[in-house]
Amino acid sequence: MFRFSKSVIARSVAAFALISASTAGFAFDHFKGVGRQATPSEVKAWDIDVRPDFKGLPKGSGNVERGNELFEEKCASCHGSFGESNEVFTPLAGGTTKDDIKTGRVKGLSSGELPQRTTFTKVATISTVWDYIYRAMPWTAPKSLKPDDVYAILAYLLNLQEIVPGDFTLSDKNIGEVQKLLPNRNGMTTDHGMWPGAPAKKGGIGNGGIPDVKNTACMKNCKTEVQIGSTLPDYARTAHGELADQNRNFGPVRGTRTLGAEAAKPAAAANPALELATKNGCMACHGVNNKIVGPGYNEVVARYKDQPDAEGKLTAKVKAGGQGVWGSIPMPPNGHLKDEEIKTLVQWIMAGAK
Amino acid sequence: MSDLAKQPGHLKKAPENFLSDGQIEAVAAGRRDFLRKSFLAAGAAMAAPLAARAAEQGDPNILNLPEWSTTLGKPVATNPYGMPSKFESQLLRRESPGLARVGGASVSFCPLQGLFGIITPSGLHFERHHQGWQDVDPTKHRLMVNGSDESLLKKPKVYTMDELMRLPPVSRIHFIECGANTGLEWGNVAVPTVQYTHGMLSCSEFTGVPLKTLLEDCGVDYKKARYVLAEGADGSSMTRTIPMEMVESGEVIVAYGQNGEMLRPENGYPLRLVVPGVQGVSWVKWLRRIEVGDKPYATKDEAVHYIDLLPNGLHRQYSSIQECKSVITTPSGGQTLLNKGFFNVSGVAWSGRGKIKQVDVSFDGGINWKTARIEGPVQNKALTRFNVDWVWDGKPAILQSRAIDETGYVQPTYGQLRKVRGTKSIYHNNAIQSWKVVESGEVTNVQVL
Ligand code: HEC
Ligand code: HEC
Repeated sequence: MFRFSKSVIARSVAAFALISASTAGFAFDHFKGVGRQATPSEVKAWDIDVRPDFKGLPKGSGNVERGNELFEEKCASCHGSFGESNEVFTPLAGGTTKDDIKTGRVKGLSSGELPQRTTFTKVATISTVWDYIYRAMPWTAPKSLKPDDVYAILAYLLNLQEIVPGDFTLSDKNIGEVQKLLPNRNGMTTDHGMWPGAPAKKGGIGNGGIPDVKNTACMKNCKTEVQIGSTLPDYARTAHGELADQNRNFGPVRGTRTLGAEAAKPAAAANPALELATKNGCMACHGVNNKIVGPGYNEVVARYKDQPDAEGKLTAKVKAGGQGVWGSIPMPPNGHLKDEEIKTLVQWIMAGAK
Repeated sequence: MSDLAKQPGHLKKAPENFLSDGQIEAVAAGRRDFLRKSFLAAGAAMAAPLAARAAEQGDPNILNLPEWSTTLGKPVATNPYGMPSKFESQLLRRESPGLARVGGASVSFCPLQGLFGIITPSGLHFERHHQGWQDVDPTKHRLMVNGSDESLLKKPKVYTMDELMRLPPVSRIHFIECGANTGLEWGNVAVPTVQYTHGMLSCSEFTGVPLKTLLEDCGVDYKKARYVLAEGADGSSMTRTIPMEMVESGEVIVAYGQNGEMLRPENGYPLRLVVPGVQGVSWVKWLRRIEVGDKPYATKDEAVHYIDLLPNGLHRQYSSIQECKSVITTPSGGQTLLNKGFFNVSGVAWSGRGKIKQVDVSFDGGINWKTARIEGPVQNKALTRFNVDWVWDGKPAILQSRAIDETGYVQPTYGQLRKVRGTKSIYHNNAIQSWKVVESGEVTNVQVL
């Protein structure tokens, strides 16, 4: 913010003066017995961030073909084989043109033609994608990839985006060249007033806090008519459950009854198994009566109902994850659940998921 | 309009009118306990006649002493960690079906429609996780402070929780708002209640060590190190860039306390960053590392998400401040007024640029405005409660609130915001919220341009 950046500058000049006058211990190592020096191995273990100028990028390489294999194995279950994703997870690839690669601006963003904004329609810095996959993906097993795996997967994604050819090998050496081909590399602006630090003209970011809209505090006869731009659509009134039950039943107002007295009566018997399944992401990939990423629970019942050892088999499968029974899309491992919980879930599924 | 106001505590004469059909429905809807108690107290077999007689003489809730007046209550420490009353089951964190993709990368909204004052009960604080939440063992948690290279910091250090909690702390009340709060409403009205329009908002007292203290303890070189990267210890290891100017001002806190106790796991137990006035994503939870650097980092949540799409196809990057905003919480969308007559209209206002100076309320969709009472003391970058008297005449009305912060910035209308930013930017929607009241007393969400 512009307002205090002046005083801050004054203060940092003062601090600098103190340090340069080598006034020993200007708050440095001030608290006896508190904190200790980090070892180089400790810093190496945690300092994994990669900046746009590639500071922090580990050495390594990987090609499109290897990336394709790894993506199928570790990413496709959520993001789709071609990064197109399904309804549940973030779409990674698609939405850019050869022309965008030339201009560095994704045209679909301004023309409104994009059906959805994928990662590559937005991102302006390739380091961002490298850094994020390395630190956070796959979602259920973050930090399990080696740097070479990340290079390979990123090469595959870049190939899907038609930024690099099918025989490309991405490495720390050529990633800077790839940066120059990113379809939305010129798509960011920092010309706004919402950065809370020093402005661009003082070496920071943005315009120093100048807002982009200006309302005035008119008090009387501020306009002649009230123009309603939008009202609550009917489906939205009921899509959030019974609003009467989302307010106290005493006080100055009541929640509006949106689903009718009938719906309120069978005070939704608590369903701990469904809760457990929802909480643990099972419902994102399985419908009770429909396939999402994995089979519908009804299909699971139909397939296994006559197999006496089904419960044990399915419990092991859910825990370890795997593919091949229902197709090539794998289920990620569910190691974050206790064995008991997985058993409960499998029994609930086999009993009809009610 | 429902006749509810004539009912609890109000007397009715004739037995057959003790409760009208409409009232019975209304009671069944919201006041099951009232019916049950009055009948139970009268004795099951004779219930109807006795209740009717009681109604003639007065309110059965007064005439028949309730069980809490005639029995021994529960002993101390029955609940070693106290919980809300069993009658308070309605106000919960809830998900919006339009948003939820998968529970580990989703949002639960804070029930603003029923909260008072400015402090959010910790158990109702909104949640936004990117890779699920963790319950981190504080004895194994570490905070590392290092430099993007060695010249920026004399000595990279590691602190344990034991050590952090020995340092001189500060306690401050601040709001936290997700940058995507009200994001569902950029293009049009999409959700019914203030919980879903504005519920990615909470306010707590946070206790911790100013980040400045730690950086100086490590010998930071402020001249070179103008940016800070904060990083979480969870699976997502969330990272965000924070300007050193804010750290130097002393307001950025490495916090462990929230409302007098430790942070809740969903809010980053045992350590999170507090970056007052800045969108919630920068308040990195389960904070494990602080790096000082000489350039911004363009992390995933500042290069792919939390960037604001403009009509010309450019995205605003590093847009962090939550600008001045307010909303009326009572009455608000999805609520129904009980009757004509007096109401206290109440809401909250906040600004990422400092203190709230004034809040005005309109009952006619923004033609005329009246200045609301502000409940002080007003805190810097904190929720600020406002109240204003209103006598509802039973006619349609459109309620709005408009906040002004100490910089003089006036909360904008939808028309003003969209003119500059279009309708697709997802983040930083701080437009004036409108609630329409119709004759039945029902309040709904509308947008006034
Ligand atoms: C179990 C499901 C799952 C698997 C498997 C998975 N992801 Fe993800 N991925 C997600 C979710 C959920 C998000 C959004 C996280 C968030 O909200 O921050 C995401 C986000 C991403 C993003 C950021 C996209 C954006 O635009 O926000 C990238 C890139 C990504 N994943 C790559 C991968 C790669 C590469 C793999 C395989 C190594 C992988 N993912 C495996 C679920 C998954
Ligand atoms: C990321 C998506 C995803 C998630 C999350 C997920 N599954 Fe699956 N699940 C799948 C896929 C895909 C298959 C099919 C695997 C195959 O073909 O072998 C599957 C298969 C199954 C099967 C049948 C296994 C078999 O061998 O026939 C069961 C039972 C099952 N899942 C239960 C669960 C439960 C319980 C959870 C939550 C703990 C869960 N799933 C979470 C995607 C998912």
